[in-house]
Amino acid sequence: MTDVAALDNVTHLYGATRALDGVSLKLPAGKMIGLIGPDGVGKSTLLALVAGVRRIQSGSVTALGGDMADARHRAACAARIAYMPQGLGKNLYPTLSVFENLDFFGRLFGQGRAEREARIAELLQSTGLDPFPDRPAGKLSGGMKQKLSLCCALIHDPDLLILDEPTTGVDPLSRRQFWDLIDRIRARRPGMSVAVATAYMEEAERFDWLAALDGGKIIGSGAPAELRALTGEKTLDAAFIALLPPEARADHCDVVLPPLKEGEGFAIEAENLTCRFGDFTAVDHVNFRIRRGEIFGFLGSNGCGKSTTMKMLTGLLAPTEGEALLFGQKLDAGDTATRRRVGYMSQNFSLYSELTVRQNLVLHAQLFELPEPGASARVKELLERFGLDAVADQKPESLPLGMRQRLQLAVAVLHKPEVLILDEPTSGVDPVARDSFWRLLIGLSREDGVTIFISTHFMNEAERCDRISLMHAGRVLAVDAPAALVQARGKPDLEQTFISYLEEAADFAEPKEAAGFSAERTSSAKIRSFDPARLWAYARREAMEILRDRLRLVFAFVGPLTLMLTFGYGISFDVENLAYAVYDQDNSLESRELLENFAGSRYFAQKPDITSASEIDRRLANGELKLALEIPAGFGRDLVSGKSPQAAAWIDGAMPFRADTIRSYVSGISQIWLAEQQRRRGLTVSASPINIEARFRYNQAFKSVYSIIPGVFMLILMLVPSMLTALGVVREKEVGSIANFRSTPVTRTEFLLGKQAPYVALSFISFGVLLATAIVLFGLPVRGSALALILGAAFYIYATTSLGILFSTFVRTQVAALFLTAVVSIIPAVNFSGLLVPVASLSESGRLAGLVFPCGWFQEISIGAFTKGLGFDHLAPNLLVLLAFGLGYQLCALIALRKQEA
Amino acid sequence: MLSSLWRIAKLSGKEFRSLLADPVLVAIIVYVFTVAVVQVATGLKFEVESAQVAVVDEDHSDLSRRIVASLLPPLFKTADVIAPSQIDPGMDSGRYVFVVEIPPKFEAEALAGKTPSIQINVDATAMALAGNGAVYIQQIINRETAAFLTRSDQTGVAPVDLVVRSKFNPNLNSMWFTAVMEVINNVAILSIILTGSALIREREHGTIEHLLVMPVTPVEIMLAKIVANGAVIVGASLASLLLVVHWGLGIPIAGSVTLFVAGSILFMISVTALGLLLATFARTMPQFGLLSLPVIIILYLLSGSTTPLETMPDWLQFVMKFTPNTHFVAFAQAVLYRGAGIEQVWPQMLVMAVLGVATLALCRKRFAATISAQD
Repeated sequence: MTDVAALDNVTHLYGATRALDGVSLKLPAGKMIGLIGPDGVGKSTLLALVAGVRRIQSGSVTALGGDMADARHRAACAARIAYMPQGLGKNLYPTLSVFENLDFFGRLFGQGRAEREARIAELLQSTGLDPFPDRPAGKLSGGMKQKLSLCCALIHDPDLLILDEPTTGVDPLSRRQFWDLIDRIRARRPGMSVAVATAYMEEAERFDWLAALDGGKIIGSGAPAELRALTGEKTLDAAFIALLPPEARADHCDVVLPPLKEGEGFAIEAENLTCRFGDFTAVDHVNFRIRRGEIFGFLGSNGCGKSTTMKMLTGLLAPTEGEALLFGQKLDAGDTATRRRVGYMSQNFSLYSELTVRQNLVLHAQLFELPEPGASARVKELLERFGLDAVADQKPESLPLGMRQRLQLAVAVLHKPEVLILDEPTSGVDPVARDSFWRLLIGLSREDGVTIFISTHFMNEAERCDRISLMHAGRVLAVDAPAALVQARGKPDLEQTFISYLEEAADFAEPKEAAGFSAERTSSAKIRSFDPARLWAYARREAMEILRDRLRLVFAFVGPLTLMLTFGYGISFDVENLAYAVYDQDNSLESRELLENFAGSRYFAQKPDITSASEIDRRLANGELKLALEIPAGFGRDLVSGKSPQAAAWIDGAMPFRADTIRSYVSGISQIWLAEQQRRRGLTVSASPINIEARFRYNQAFKSVYSIIPGVFMLILMLVPSMLTALGVVREKEVGSIANFRSTPVTRTEFLLGKQAPYVALSFISFGVLLATAIVLFGLPVRGSALALILGAAFYIYATTSLGILFSTFVRTQVAALFLTAVVSIIPAVNFSGLLVPVASLSESGRLAGLVFPCGWFQEISIGAFTKGLGFDHLAPNLLVLLAFGLGYQLCALIALRKQEA
Repeated sequence: MLSSLWRIAKLSGKEFRSLLADPVLVAIIVYVFTVAVVQVATGLKFEVESAQVAVVDEDHSDLSRRIVASLLPPLFKTADVIAPSQIDPGMDSGRYVFVVEIPPKFEAEALAGKTPSIQINVDATAMALAGNGAVYIQQIINRETAAFLTRSDQTGVAPVDLVVRSKFNPNLNSMWFTAVMEVINNVAILSIILTGSALIREREHGTIEHLLVMPVTPVEIMLAKIVANGAVIVGASLASLLLVVHWGLGIPIAGSVTLFVAGSILFMISVTALGLLLATFARTMPQFGLLSLPVIIILYLLSGSTTPLETMPDWLQFVMKFTPNTHFVAFAQAVLYRGAGIEQVWPQMLVMAVLGVATLALCRKRFAATISAQD
């Protein structure tokens, strides 16, 4: 087999954009293959198709001797391909430690404990990560993250390793270590093919075979030497530019830096600038002065404090010690006037992904209050200058990294600031675009006198700065002109100089050469279609994540308890202390006696008397009174003379339930009064002809808690478990770790069940806590089948967590998932499940709305087992229904979740 | 000041776009203000209305038949006559909330003046119905028995004619109540979740940091979120009130719509501010979801929109006074049902305004702390 993968006439569209346009390409086996080309030419798409993480739209892709459109082949070779997506550590789990991340991947590939541990030890040793196995991945520097990502990709000895811009945003030293590591691994496993997309031409130089892409098409392929020979250029950079179609390279010329005119004064001064996070010192007494109009480069290893220093200079972070001066004045974070003088671009993409490119620019123009019509012209100009014209109406999400960086840059220079603070602005941007960007920067500096403070990992960019500072571990190692530094150090070029400074400062030891992978490769011998070990890997990881997220854990337990206490004590149907007032126009003995009965009732609370008929309306209307009693003049006289006088009770009907209750109270009180009157008058008490006994079943004392608390169980176990799982899948989509699901052998079932299991367990524990509270605090006995209650809760939790998972699989954003879950669970649970109103007295539509959700079914179990004292037989059908709900939701989720990206 | 307003307007425009860009969000907003309102309004009854009753008639007399026939709509569904053995299963399964048992020889004993007993079994787990329903059934049985014994359809002239009239909703039609309250409840859910998650989203995506290096203050960012999300929700709720509730379900609106809108805006501000405040206590979306859920449920059930405030213990009534919902529910009931004017509802409006401003002030304080916090 000479080709590890081949594409035949592959076309891939994103909306109207052609990412790949009829590409046919054969990737030779056992080689180090590089994909080079500008941003947005389809490098990532091509790699994703080969890795099988993206669905093929048209054409055919074969990899490792099989068709990648065939799900069975994909499943079979998932364990032989490793895919590392774009972005620093995007497929890592930030709260998990280095070891745990690797361990998770090892489990996904079905490795046993001994094998995993041996492999992890080897990988950590050979990457120099062995001193920090317990450090959380989120706290690693960019270079270390990429090394860890690589380790994760290598843990299963892949035959094809696919790396999408692995060294973008990584410092030179780490980059060198990274490639050395790859070389060593290849030396050990010569059969392995490596496919890499990169924007660094220096890196491409060391690859065996290159394919240059532009505009979705292959514009050249072959060994680097062949490409250089073909174009007759000396460097690969130049060769690539020569390969481009004429219109794309028309404006290309070398970047020249005219000398800096002696500017007056300093734009930025840092004096003993220090920043500490807890006991970690990110920036340690940093001093430098940047002249007006100067281009000042900031170099350093990942995580050395560059970004933190920049944030302090923009006022985003307050320095712990020292001060920053901007144009000689102390930086005031709250002063918006200084913000207008500064343009800042942060390392991570920080524009609005829901707005289009143009809308983002227009919004910022408006926020900086650029006057019209200049603003529109400026936006147009920037779109052209940054090559964003073609994508102006697309959303940044769909754009490649390089394009997004350009947009950020355009935004940073939009308001023509006097100072530009740019944090790795060209990370991931292709060489042509970088050059044109630098011409722009130089123009700004030399012609407009803009001061530029820029951090970069590209040495050719550093060489273009007036001065650079080298930073490591929060300290500035050296500040001078690039040439002067090289000279002082006596090294051939800036990269060597920089590395020698770093090695001196950090005392880097070359990673020890591991003896070679001794562990036997047992994992990929046979791919099982369902492997509990992979399910367990996901469940275990998810459980570790939630156990470390203390705040979420606290909310998950305290929230339900709060609800139970509040509702247990708060909701009842004993309406008491109803505000009422009387309008007694008679003021006779009889009327006062009638009114005394109201005054003495605990149900009513008397307010000041009403003095006019219009007052009745007014005081009812403003909600002060719920009941007004009106007794006309002559009431007592008429009563005595047997004329059956009228009295009126006006009830506030705004809330029908309350009005209903008042009506029955009023009639009860007036009955008692009548009986008294008749007895008083010596009338024979007409003994009631019959005797009515009302028996309150299930709850003789008629205590609200007996009916409310079972309902609270129903409510809480609907809302909280579904909310716990609802963000599970969509969050991975937003963060990017979904790539692990797409590129490893884990199946949909394993993935979903694994993500669900820890939350089922957590919710069940929460149920236990609630049960104990209900029994101990509220004295609620379980009169019926305890088994039915516990099984019911388990099935119900299974159903509600499945519902959350289902929502999570088909929404696109976390906000939508949150929203959907809240609305869809609250409305039926509160209204149609028998919490407040028995299901029997709902209307037909209401009952139907209740039946299609699991909550009503569990309510019957809950109230049956707690209060009604029903046995297991009686509740068994409901248990089956709950189980069916769970299975149904899960099935839908499985259908909604696609293993491949569209 | 003017430029601040301009920036708020522009940032709000951005919020609008983000909101409308997500089809799922738009679909849910439409759903809650149309289908959900109708579902709850027509599906849910709090008063004794069409309650399912069964009668065990072991007497088979004129009187017993008369009692069965008198359990009528609208208060009750036509009563089922069942065998004694069906009492327990019927009540256990929740099919009947009330079962009346008329013993043998009931009529004969009543005529003979032997005071026979009649039993009403009430499912006390159905709290909302049990108490009032039992009273109604007792009254009906008493009335029918008395009428039967005097052999007439009239119960005789009562010594006092106590006229009970319900103002504002004469037939105590619960749909009037539940429809409007559902709109209010949905407003609260949407406001808290939309604004809160919009803030969390900005933080998770790093856009908030970006905003803060521009000439934009945290207050402007907060207000923009409130304005945009508030406008959508006030607009949607008003449309729902007029089109769905008033026009579709035929529920009268007694008071001034303008006044209601003014009150809604005050409510919006305070409840969206509450959403923002909650968001400052959470770092990630999953945390925010778990934090906001209990708050939403408590507001939903205890603000007087579902169960009367009078049923709650004093301490809880006191606590609920600090939520904007309680005041808005009181305000909405006064304006929409009782036709109250501003002279009657200004206290609620004032409280909502004060709560809104106080919450915003608290937000602002927490804002700075959360932005600079490192993850």
